[in-house]
Amino acid sequence: MLGIIGKKVGMTSVFSEEGKNIPCTVIKAEPNVVSQLKSIDNDGYRAVQIAFDDVKEKNTNKAQVGHFAKAGAAPKRRIHEFKDFRDDSDHEIKLGEEVTVEIFNEGEFVDVIANSKGKGFQGVVRRHGFAGVGDATHGQHNRLRAPGSIGAASFPARVFKGMRMAGRMGGKRVKTMNLQVVKVIAEENLIVLKGSVPGHKGAYVIVEK
Amino acid sequence: MNYNYGIFAALKFEMMDLLKKVESEYLTQDLPEFAAGDNVTVYYKIKEGNKERLQPFQGTVIQRRNSGTAETFTVRKMSGGIGVERIFPVNSPLIDHIKVNRRGKVRRARIFYLRERTGKKARIKEKRN
Repeated sequence: MLGIIGKKVGMTSVFSEEGKNIPCTVIKAEPNVVSQLKSIDNDGYRAVQIAFDDVKEKNTNKAQVGHFAKAGAAPKRRIHEFKDFRDDSDHEIKLGEEVTVEIFNEGEFVDVIANSKGKGFQGVVRRHGFAGVGDATHGQHNRLRAPGSIGAASFPARVFKGMRMAGRMGGKRVKTMNLQVVKVIAEENLIVLKGSVPGHKGAYVIVEK
Repeated sequence: MNYNYGIFAALKFEMMDLLKKVESEYLTQDLPEFAAGDNVTVYYKIKEGNKERLQPFQGTVIQRRNSGTAETFTVRKMSGGIGVERIFPVNSPLIDHIKVNRRGKVRRARIFYLRERTGKKARIKEKRN
């Protein structure tokens, strides 16, 4: 599995050859650096750690500076591990190597992971897709978006764990799967994906295939 | 880049520039200038089976809205006494070309008042240079 860390730029639309207007999300992913190669001997498992977004050295603690110095890189803000970081070719990943948007090809399908936008305290209609009461009349009053019954009575005499109720929504790690790569602009380090991606503009996103 | 708006505003501008860069490739280059009030003919590509033909749609532009690849314009015409409006994306590759027949002199950017008017009242003065 290959992947890269980037930032969400925003949404726009492009035209396909058939004249269809395709909604697109633009992601800017400046070259990531391979900051650590985890091995079974050292760490008990194999993984490739990539890092993105430079931080000033004075704002980084010495342990981190040292960690990135091993890979010959400046300190970074975000890191992410991939378990099986390779493509079909025999290319051996080396420490300090750059990972660019060129790992993606047009037409491919990718997944995007990010923290979703916080929605605040939301009711069950928005949070869990409940249908609400359905009738505004016929004896209904102030319960149009109410959840209805949350369980039985003296048996079991409690509400089951995990019952879907109102509460905080969003601000969670979300993975959007199978987004098609519309375009890769290598000079600008941009990836254009079809459809929407979790997170606000400027949010860190992980694109993987 | 030297924006005097602070770092967050500067980042915002930078991101907008990137979006424009992505869009720029999809914009039609050789469009004539036209605005609300103009009488235009839009030649739209229609696919029938595996044949392609051009379908003209002539009428008055009553608005242009949005920007970039999302920009659209609305053309209104009277067809057999019934008003017909059609919305085209300005940069759609399906628009073969646009012919401007007459430049209209109107005071506003969206001339929706045309919808309530028919006949002589729906006339638009011609703009002469």
